[in-house]
Amino acid sequence: MRTVALPKEGTAAAWRDAARGLLGAGTPPEDVVWQYGDAAPDLFAGPPEGPAAGAARAPRSFVALSETVCWHADLERFARLYALLWRLRGRPGLMQDRGDPGLARLREMEKAVRRDRHKMTAFLRFREIEATGARRRFAAWFEPDHHILEPIAPFFMRRFGDMDWVIVTPDLTATFTDGDVSFSDGGSRPPLPEDATEELWATYFRNIFNPARLKVKAMQAEMPKKYWKNLPEAAAIPELIAGAQARARDMQAAAPTLAPARAARISERLRMTEDLPPVDDLDALRREAEGCDRCPLHRDATQVVVGEGPRDAPLMVVGEQPGDQEDLAGRPFVGPAGQLFDRFAEEAGLDRSRAFVTNAVKHFKFVPRGKRRIHQKPDAGEVQACRWWLDAERRLVRPDLILAMGATAAASLTGRGQGIMKRRGTFEETGDGTPVLLTLHPSYLLRVPNEAARAAAERDFRADLSAAAAWLEEHAA
Amino acid sequence: MSRPTLQDKLAILSDAAKYDASCASSGTAKRSSRKGDGLGSTEGSGICHAYAPDGRCISLLKILLTNFCIYDCAYCVNRVSSNVKRARFTVDEVVTLTLEFYRRNYIEGLFLSSGIVRSPDETMGEMVEIARKLRVEHRFRGYIHLKTIPDADPGLIEQAGLHADRLSINVELPTDASVRAYAPEKDPRTIRKAMADVRLRKEAAGERSHTGRRPARFAPAGQSTQMIVGADGATDATILGQSTRLYSSYGLKRVYFSAFSPIPDATAKLPLIRPPLEREHRLYQADWLLRFYGFDLAEITGASPDGNLDLGIDPKLAWALANRQHFPVDVNRAPREMLLRVPGIGTKTVGRILTTRRHRSLRYEDLARMGASMKKARAFVTLGGWSPGALTDAADLRARFAPPPEQLSLF
Repeated sequence: MRTVALPKEGTAAAWRDAARGLLGAGTPPEDVVWQYGDAAPDLFAGPPEGPAAGAARAPRSFVALSETVCWHADLERFARLYALLWRLRGRPGLMQDRGDPGLARLREMEKAVRRDRHKMTAFLRFREIEATGARRRFAAWFEPDHHILEPIAPFFMRRFGDMDWVIVTPDLTATFTDGDVSFSDGGSRPPLPEDATEELWATYFRNIFNPARLKVKAMQAEMPKKYWKNLPEAAAIPELIAGAQARARDMQAAAPTLAPARAARISERLRMTEDLPPVDDLDALRREAEGCDRCPLHRDATQVVVGEGPRDAPLMVVGEQPGDQEDLAGRPFVGPAGQLFDRFAEEAGLDRSRAFVTNAVKHFKFVPRGKRRIHQKPDAGEVQACRWWLDAERRLVRPDLILAMGATAAASLTGRGQGIMKRRGTFEETGDGTPVLLTLHPSYLLRVPNEAARAAAERDFRADLSAAAAWLEEHAA
Repeated sequence: MSRPTLQDKLAILSDAAKYDASCASSGTAKRSSRKGDGLGSTEGSGICHAYAPDGRCISLLKILLTNFCIYDCAYCVNRVSSNVKRARFTVDEVVTLTLEFYRRNYIEGLFLSSGIVRSPDETMGEMVEIARKLRVEHRFRGYIHLKTIPDADPGLIEQAGLHADRLSINVELPTDASVRAYAPEKDPRTIRKAMADVRLRKEAAGERSHTGRRPARFAPAGQSTQMIVGADGATDATILGQSTRLYSSYGLKRVYFSAFSPIPDATAKLPLIRPPLEREHRLYQADWLLRFYGFDLAEITGASPDGNLDLGIDPKLAWALANRQHFPVDVNRAPREMLLRVPGIGTKTVGRILTTRRHRSLRYEDLARMGASMKKARAFVTLGGWSPGALTDAADLRARFAPPPEQLSLF
């Protein structure tokens, strides 16, 4: 029979050393007696020596488990851990078995320690005490269920790095001075001086409570009564609960009051400043389009995206509709397809800054899919509804040539969207006789699945952009 | 009238802030003051430092800079036409309260919101100044959540994102029409644009420049929003449709639902009701199913003809009862997607089932130990030592879960 006594400080490390030795020596769990702290200091046997050989290996998940469970208050914890370690020798997969009763019990203990640690970080309350040096000093009394002050101390060191503090618990005291922590014996509740900030905190607690939503059980599930005696704000709880229903009833029963005199004045002033006069007619068009509800697309999109470019642009480029990025930024052709267009246009000698770029449909149509939005093709009704805005833009800009990219733009400008692959590269006309050069939509180039088809599409697109550039040159004079 | 004390102001301005549901302090960058050159830390998960008797966690000092407001939103306690007591903090008062509360371990940080005084820019400017003072002058490393004012200058929003962990902009109500009806000075389009702007700035801050330099972090804990439930006539289908759209459009961390709750000095335009807490709860459950359980919006709201969720049972159970042809599920063989659809089994339990069944086959007792709620699950699963038999198709299955019918009171 081996007896192993573990110290109160550094318990987890001491257990690990001892267990490693025992396992290396092949000592079965039933031959080990575990003792903790002051229970039997004279029986201290020390970590047994022995070959800490290859046999003493444990899965990483076990090491993490033992490092938490060692701080549990149950005396059985060391024996249970060692019994599991013993069983793990032939079955490394055992750690993944969430149904194993021995492991399930240890997981429960692990959870209890974690919860206790979490509640300590939540419910510990400092009071300011007299400073001894340049740093402010604070002290707290806390009664945890398990032996957690040592493993949790680093949390308080990270959080309250620029002040000195003392935390007293029944079995251990932690003192943090000038950035160094030390541990000493625990004690009883120390007499701490009054702290005026506690009254402010209680005021906050009373007022942030909403009496119309009384849910006492939900509160107690997370903040059990055992913690209340050390929480300065908890004194207000009974009175808040008792008065809640009456307060909620009074709010509902109260008759509406007359608004204060200043309210009408302020509201009126706000209304006066709302509408700004138009700056130039494209601006006016944009402002008008912002309120557009000619089709349902405005409901889901962020904003309307109207065209942009010089008012006297000889070339108007019309795409399908704004995409995800355009919808967020409020500007056309800024997403992946827009960037692709820019690249090809530059190669073809088309000056984007001299073109007016816009879309056949001004709101983004999509379906939500998790964290992304999937583009949807606008239907004929939506294209028809939005033609109103495209026509308005055309009347303002009066381009010499329109480049229609994709079937939607073709449908809006020429009245027909079918057969774009056959019609691309040809010139057609809008109803009022403006020439329209048809081409592919750049987003098609991004989507073509196979290499050969993409190369062909890129070649066609490039040729069409060059044709547009050539046409403009020819008609420049 | 004597000047209000700090305590008077705190009472008024925390009372005015309680209708914001969010109190999250998690998911931001890791920070520490271990070196002694500042105060505070953040380490992934947030901490709830107290719970009020309404069951809600108190993690942050949630206050308004001022409850004076020039807007007249019908649902809001601070609207210009209300007769509630008004107060206004100075910048330094908010900074001091935050630091002193933090040093005593009362809070994780600050959640600052405000009524709009004079102009959106002026108010937002003061809020940003508070965040800047905390971060730069006091080297505060705790959590800061700023409620952004959508009409404020984009430059101020950029400043806010540099100092704050989280930004939020409330969409207020589920439809544009209700916003126009109940918040006449607010424009749903401006609100959406502001959310789009935050997403674009956050994405830009994640990209390295061509020199390989990483720009300053922007709102590392992301953005969130809130909508009030039960003030207008929107159905649950409308509300969930809106939240789904918001998640996909603006990369939101959370869409909070806030049951419309009685406020002091309410307006005749919006009669007070008992807050629909059960509905709020069911909406959150549905929200989780949509985001973490692979459910489609149509599956959740399709079962009910009026577009509202069943208040008596949770939405996953409601779906299972309406789609019994998929059950019972064989726990030892079913794919992950199907296990996630079993009532009483959550994402964690599904993970445990998957790791364990790699080594051996599961029995009924195992499932209980893994955290499943067997009262719900047993009608829908089969595994070693258990078969539900006719239970899965029992006509009274719903009645076993739903609360007993209550006789309506005559008075």
